[in-house]
Amino acid sequence: MTARMDRRFADLAAEGRPALVTYFMGGDPDYASSLAIMKALPKAGSDVIELGMPFSDPMADGPAIQLAGQRALRAGQTLAKTLQMARDFRLEDADTPIVLMGYYNPIYIYGVERFLNDALEAGIDGLIVVDLPPEMDDELCVPAVARGINFIRLATPTTDAKRLPRVLENTSGFVYYVSMNGITGSALPDPSLIGAAVLRIKEHTTLPVCVGFGVKTAEHARAIGASADGVVVGSAIVNQIASSLTANGTVTEATVAGVEALVRSLASGVRSAKLAAAE
Amino acid sequence: MNQSPNLNSFRGGPDEDGRFGIYGGRFVAETLMPLILELQEKWDEAKDDPEFQKELASLGAHYIGRPSPLYFAERLTEHLGGAKIYFKREELNHTGSHKINNCIGQILLAKRMGKTRIIAETGAGQHGVASATVAARFGLPCVVYMGATDVERQAPNVFRMKLLGAEVKPVTAGHGTLKDAMNEALRDWVTNVEDTYYLIGTAAGPHPYPEMVRDFQAVIGREAREQILEAEGRLPDVVIAAVGGGSNAIGIFHPFLDDKDVRIVGVEAGGKGLDGEEHCASITAGSPGVLHGNRTYLLQDGDGQIKEGHSISAGLDYPGIGPEHSWLNDVGRAEYVPIMDHEALEAFQLLTRIEGIIPALEPAHALAEVIKRAPKMGKDEIILMNLSGRGDKDIFTVGKILGMEL
Repeated sequence: MTARMDRRFADLAAEGRPALVTYFMGGDPDYASSLAIMKALPKAGSDVIELGMPFSDPMADGPAIQLAGQRALRAGQTLAKTLQMARDFRLEDADTPIVLMGYYNPIYIYGVERFLNDALEAGIDGLIVVDLPPEMDDELCVPAVARGINFIRLATPTTDAKRLPRVLENTSGFVYYVSMNGITGSALPDPSLIGAAVLRIKEHTTLPVCVGFGVKTAEHARAIGASADGVVVGSAIVNQIASSLTANGTVTEATVAGVEALVRSLASGVRSAKLAAAE
Repeated sequence: MNQSPNLNSFRGGPDEDGRFGIYGGRFVAETLMPLILELQEKWDEAKDDPEFQKELASLGAHYIGRPSPLYFAERLTEHLGGAKIYFKREELNHTGSHKINNCIGQILLAKRMGKTRIIAETGAGQHGVASATVAARFGLPCVVYMGATDVERQAPNVFRMKLLGAEVKPVTAGHGTLKDAMNEALRDWVTNVEDTYYLIGTAAGPHPYPEMVRDFQAVIGREAREQILEAEGRLPDVVIAAVGGGSNAIGIFHPFLDDKDVRIVGVEAGGKGLDGEEHCASITAGSPGVLHGNRTYLLQDGDGQIKEGHSISAGLDYPGIGPEHSWLNDVGRAEYVPIMDHEALEAFQLLTRIEGIIPALEPAHALAEVIKRAPKMGKDEIILMNLSGRGDKDIFTVGKILGMEL
């Protein structure tokens, strides 16, 4: 386990509020702007960063993240550059945990050993690899955990009681509860159902449970945050970036500023969730 | 686990994790895992259930028209002046290709599982038509994802699907071909896990699809093996089939895999040539990677991004291949060769003129390989080719290339 991730969740628990976990696509719309966005996230109140690794065929993602990946790839993003982005970020932030999120093939082609070496050296704390379920743990999960990199698993509404222990078996860092079936960027489900699902997961693990899929506003973040250890926001940030670009998909002055404003607002949501939970 | 308890057999795979050597597996999002495990459980039950097999055989005989004939192509044999050429006439099946064999099998399974909605992906539209057909036959709603490029170049099949009551959803992501359609179908499935059955059209995807689709298609090879023994009193020297995802090929190959004197040849789409980007020769010019739930040979760049590929044949226009083919290639049991667009076109025209059979552009690739090999073989030797589909759907594509007014 990387100390950074555990320390961050321990600090937040002491503070009595959920984490704000923010996702963005590495290299969208270009390397320099994307790095500027990454640097802005913790300053605006993000506690954990999910750094997206673009893939040509993102089968579990909705249109927003698909397009973000296409913009990043068009701008020349590669896995090597995504790792470099983390390295560049670490020059000025040693505390915010970074989770790489994406699909397996680019890692497989990069080489698992080489990838894990480079990820550790770049200051990566965790991995979410969408198309590696527990049945495929020997591919990447087991070697990653052996090196001390967290392997964060997605649990979903289809993950029943029988399957949950298997899903949690090699999970570390936190559990990412995907609050509905479907692709990223879909609508927000009923918060009360989410609370029940989080409790169900917590019967099987002491890890923090973060909830994602569908969170767009500070109000969503507050509502979800009241019953979870963290709130994951992805598509809303990616959409914010997309809406700030020129017709040709290039960066504008509003790009980084827009993300900052959105994340600041979401951060106020999770910070008020502390009060909601205490009520 | 090893490939098979019987190490002398090439037919024992996959293992319980769905692996053929290093290929295959279950590389899917967690949302889909419970479904895939359930599918496997239900498939394991069904394949050993005599009632299921009886219904499958009955629909095969009376709805599909099985067994399909084995045809000695006398005029083509004479023309080429070498080996005797036999066609397994899968193009005579109901809906015009081998795809229906798999669709009937899977819809029976979907029904058994209590699913009420069918989704499918299609490239050339043959699988879409076959899916729409069985959905109509069993009274289930059907959504077919089809790349926008393919919607355009396979217009007759799009119309057929609509007539059959299916909803055709054009996919504009990527190049708008089969790969993109499959991504979109997977997204639909992830979203509608409760009621939806994903009817995959080829012997690829997460376990158990490669095994299940192969088993439904292996009827082709089983029949052909019996038929050739009856016609010639011996097995063929070579079995040839076109490979996109590879379901018609694995279907005819599989029953021959342990006949060590039978050479097995898969024909990939060489497109405009292997030097550039415009081909779909995953084995000949690709490398192992992970896409659409399985590890297999893929067309990809150095960063592991999947390339689009190109083929004149929409059915072969896929940057991957079924995992069992990847394994058969690596262990040396089958060989895979490329055929270019123009060679397939010439073969298409030759067969039309000389045998009065208009083949689909997919088996026209296999035919082009037959045309290369037969003259170099002895007159006492035998080639068996899977004529997997008819060419009605391709006349507009071919007409356009030949500059004919339709």
